[in-house]
Amino acid sequence: MTTINAGDTAWVLIASTLVLMMTPALAFFYGGMVRKKNILSTLNLSFIIMSLLSVQWVLYGYSLVFGSNFGGIIGGLNFLGLSGVGASPNAAYAPTIPHLAFAAFQMMFAIITPALITGAFVERVRFKTFLVFSLLWATLVYDPVAHWVWGTGGVLRQLGALDFAGGTVVHITAGFSALAFAMVIGARKGFGASAFEPHNIPYSVLGAGLLWVGWFGFNGGSALAANGVAVNAVVTTNTAAAASGLVWMLLSWRDDRPSVLGIITGAVVGLVAVTPAAGYVTPLSALAIGAIAAPISYYAIRLRQRFNLDESLDVWACHGMGGTWGALATGLFATKAVNDAGANGLFYGNPAQFLIQLVTVVVVVIFAFGVTSMVAKLLNRFMGLRVSASEEQVGLDISEHGERAYA
Amino acid sequence: MAKKIEAVIREEKLNDVKEALRQIGIVGLNVTEVRGHGRQGGICLAGRTGTYQVDLLPKVQVNIVLSDHNVERTIEAIQQAAQTGVQGDGIIFIYPVEDVIRIRTGERGRQALTYMGDIDTRQPATQAAPK
Repeated sequence: MTTINAGDTAWVLIASTLVLMMTPALAFFYGGMVRKKNILSTLNLSFIIMSLLSVQWVLYGYSLVFGSNFGGIIGGLNFLGLSGVGASPNAAYAPTIPHLAFAAFQMMFAIITPALITGAFVERVRFKTFLVFSLLWATLVYDPVAHWVWGTGGVLRQLGALDFAGGTVVHITAGFSALAFAMVIGARKGFGASAFEPHNIPYSVLGAGLLWVGWFGFNGGSALAANGVAVNAVVTTNTAAAASGLVWMLLSWRDDRPSVLGIITGAVVGLVAVTPAAGYVTPLSALAIGAIAAPISYYAIRLRQRFNLDESLDVWACHGMGGTWGALATGLFATKAVNDAGANGLFYGNPAQFLIQLVTVVVVVIFAFGVTSMVAKLLNRFMGLRVSASEEQVGLDISEHGERAYA
Repeated sequence: MAKKIEAVIREEKLNDVKEALRQIGIVGLNVTEVRGHGRQGGICLAGRTGTYQVDLLPKVQVNIVLSDHNVERTIEAIQQAAQTGVQGDGIIFIYPVEDVIRIRTGERGRQALTYMGDIDTRQPATQAAPK
């Protein structure tokens, strides 16, 4: 039975809008943390992804993820150019909304994921190479992994992996790809010699606030209906963000003073961690997921610093490790009492689910890290990943875009 | 004949210093925002995790050109108003000035440095400037 429900459709359209807003929000979250000579460049790395990935998604991205399944690995070409994706529902994915609404909602996820990675290589990446990288990455990493986890017949979906809104598909892929890319491109000039001070923390606060709001669409919309699961996802999302922000504040306070940049980072990490779990766990479980996510990412940043790695804005620590914890936590806290389309986790008598989540995490981490590493190395050889030393010193706003942010 | 005082002070002390200068009758001054460090070498700021060191701190530089015989009293006023006793109070530089020209009138030297009701044209010095 596939009849369109107006309430469901309206909610998914609103949710799509909210998720689209997250990419410019991310641009400001990141933009505040760089030096002022690179603010336009940093904003643009996210903004241009909205253009680039929207085109990719319509032309072939959607089809590679949600087209007819090929061996569990990749979608077919039957939805190229969104052909056949229209007003009537696709029962396999969302039986009560137009198929095109589902495709549009999913497009926003395909956009924000490569934008997340940009935090790894801000202030030094060559723009031309970045464009090629993002297109290759979306095609070679995001599209397959999204198919594995969300596509009908995808291997990880067949295995029983739970990923409500993209803890694995979005955050683990972005986080570990960021790590791989940072290792190839190398540190910014002067990294470690003196601190790179964030030039506009209010931008970051603005960005984080809008991310929090947008995340209601990200997770709530992933119910693909205006129902109890959507409401649960919105409440768990908010709860995890709140708990993680509080715990991060305490950690930061213990080490010095309650840093505002720390508090907002904590909230974002909580949002990341609850993403795979939002529609499968109770609000109280979300509280625990958020509270535990904060120290995991906090000390992951410390670890990254100890290795002297310039993964500049800590995409790995926040999204990679937050997403990993969230995916595993889903295997602990999931309960069919919240969502009978889900599964029970370890704490609800089903240890197998935790193992499934663990396997999923390991597979996706290795795949995302490995493919990104390879792509980055090849691009480095043939195009060059970074600008010249003098271009980097001048700043990418001038050297790559010929503009200055503040006259 | 004239000296220039450059007093690099804490941002938050600017109003106190301005008031102290007004009280002794220093009328002409300008202010620039500067960044720098001295013996203190900077401060620690809170980051995402833990702290990081910042070496250049924002300061305010008060620039005054005045007659030689007013220099000591002015220094004293600035020092009293700007001092907290904690590192980072700043520093005062004094330079010789070759000449001064007031653009509106073309007056030069000592004349260009004299204002109605300033330190040299009034007594007693501690009263507020007359209208």
